[in-house]
Amino acid sequence: MNSPTTPTITPEVSGPSAGPLPSRPAGLGQPVNPADQAVPSGDRPSAPAFSVVRLGAGRHDVRYVLRIGDACLILAQRLGEWSGHAPILEEDIAMSNLALDLLGQARALLTHAAALDGQGLDEDQLAFLREERDYLNPVLVELPRGDFAFTQLRNAAVSSWLLLLWQRLEASRDAELAAIAAKAVKEAAYHQRHAADWVVRLGDGTPESSARMQAALAQLWPYFNELFDADEADAAAEASGLGPSWAALREPWTAFLSGLLAEAGLSLPPPSRFLSQGRRGVHSEHMGHLLATLQHLQRAYPGGRW
Amino acid sequence: MSAAVADRSTRLDAAWDALRQVPDPEVPALTLVDLGIVRGLREMTGGLEVVLTPTYSGCPATEAIRDDVRAALAPFGEIVVTLQRAPAWTTDWISADGRRKLREYGIAPPGPASEAVLRFQPRIACPRCASKQTERLSAFGSTACKSMYRCLACAEPFEYFKPI
Repeated sequence: MNSPTTPTITPEVSGPSAGPLPSRPAGLGQPVNPADQAVPSGDRPSAPAFSVVRLGAGRHDVRYVLRIGDACLILAQRLGEWSGHAPILEEDIAMSNLALDLLGQARALLTHAAALDGQGLDEDQLAFLREERDYLNPVLVELPRGDFAFTQLRNAAVSSWLLLLWQRLEASRDAELAAIAAKAVKEAAYHQRHAADWVVRLGDGTPESSARMQAALAQLWPYFNELFDADEADAAAEASGLGPSWAALREPWTAFLSGLLAEAGLSLPPPSRFLSQGRRGVHSEHMGHLLATLQHLQRAYPGGRW
Repeated sequence: MSAAVADRSTRLDAAWDALRQVPDPEVPALTLVDLGIVRGLREMTGGLEVVLTPTYSGCPATEAIRDDVRAALAPFGEIVVTLQRAPAWTTDWISADGRRKLREYGIAPPGPASEAVLRFQPRIACPRCASKQTERLSAFGSTACKSMYRCLACAEPFEYFKPI
């Protein structure tokens, strides 16, 4: 950033009689672009400030849709981090493709939440311009990607949960939500199969892969509870026919996951009473770091377009 | 039939013919009509409305397809492209002609969507030599809609269009 005296400094001019000496060593902190000298920092007329958006508070249907949309968005961000880092090329491709599906689902859901909200916001504003407390994803999806076992077990858990959710949302009285679900349900089935195959392959694999999978299960286990938490938004969704209460997913999800973990030779940890609060906007310390990456370009270049 | 109605149907036929020439940007062996994503074509004042359905939620080709449709139908006036999610697209809508073109292009056409996510899916026939001695190399491929396979009989790699 430029100091107030910057415009008077002429570092190109050398020699003992060539005017005032630079107030700091040449080459450090000097403006790279001469145009930057003309306009003091923070006073660029054409650059709008990063302005935060919020959906209206108190709308149960908006919260209900946004929670699912944010779950897809944030898991897509975490899976995208594997691009170029997966243990094998095939999995690099797989995780990018899974992230792409989730991002497409998130786009549809954020657009729909904005439409229900009626303030004229769009998917990009919701994805990039909210404060941390206004993202309503479960904490499970924002946890750092961990190792490959952690990522695959989380994918198996979340895709199974989403699959159950999409299957029920296909019957939503909200025609748009039902249409989004009818598309997403087919994608989630592929995601579930892929991740479940890995959970079995690693859990029932070598001592090392099995130990990694068991460790991942211990780390993830307490965060599963939030997937079945319910509040007045769930009750309203159930009553109006918008969608199921998340609490209704616990039984079928547990049945599937127990079967999968048994097939993988993994032992179930004891029940956890921990309940994370991401769906109410209270996130883990990892969320701010994730958003710093997700929102970086919009904060650096407010209003910038692809 | 009045002359105006005849004109209109000829115009729509011509528009369908134009759409039959538009290749899918990701799988250029297929046209958008072969793929089954053109769900409707209607007259409107001053132009045409085209109804498309997306293949995958996150398919990055959706925007390119919309632009290609607009360009192909430009002679018919103003073109409005409507994206319609329901009913959801399925690979069952790929035409018989489309399936033949896929095979000729080296991509195994999708099986029935009802068999999409079986834990142990049926063997996929090689599009070159028709052998069923094939193995899957990668569950996902260069696009969201395909997996990568290898034929153990003729040793050629090929792609499989996943049923969905």
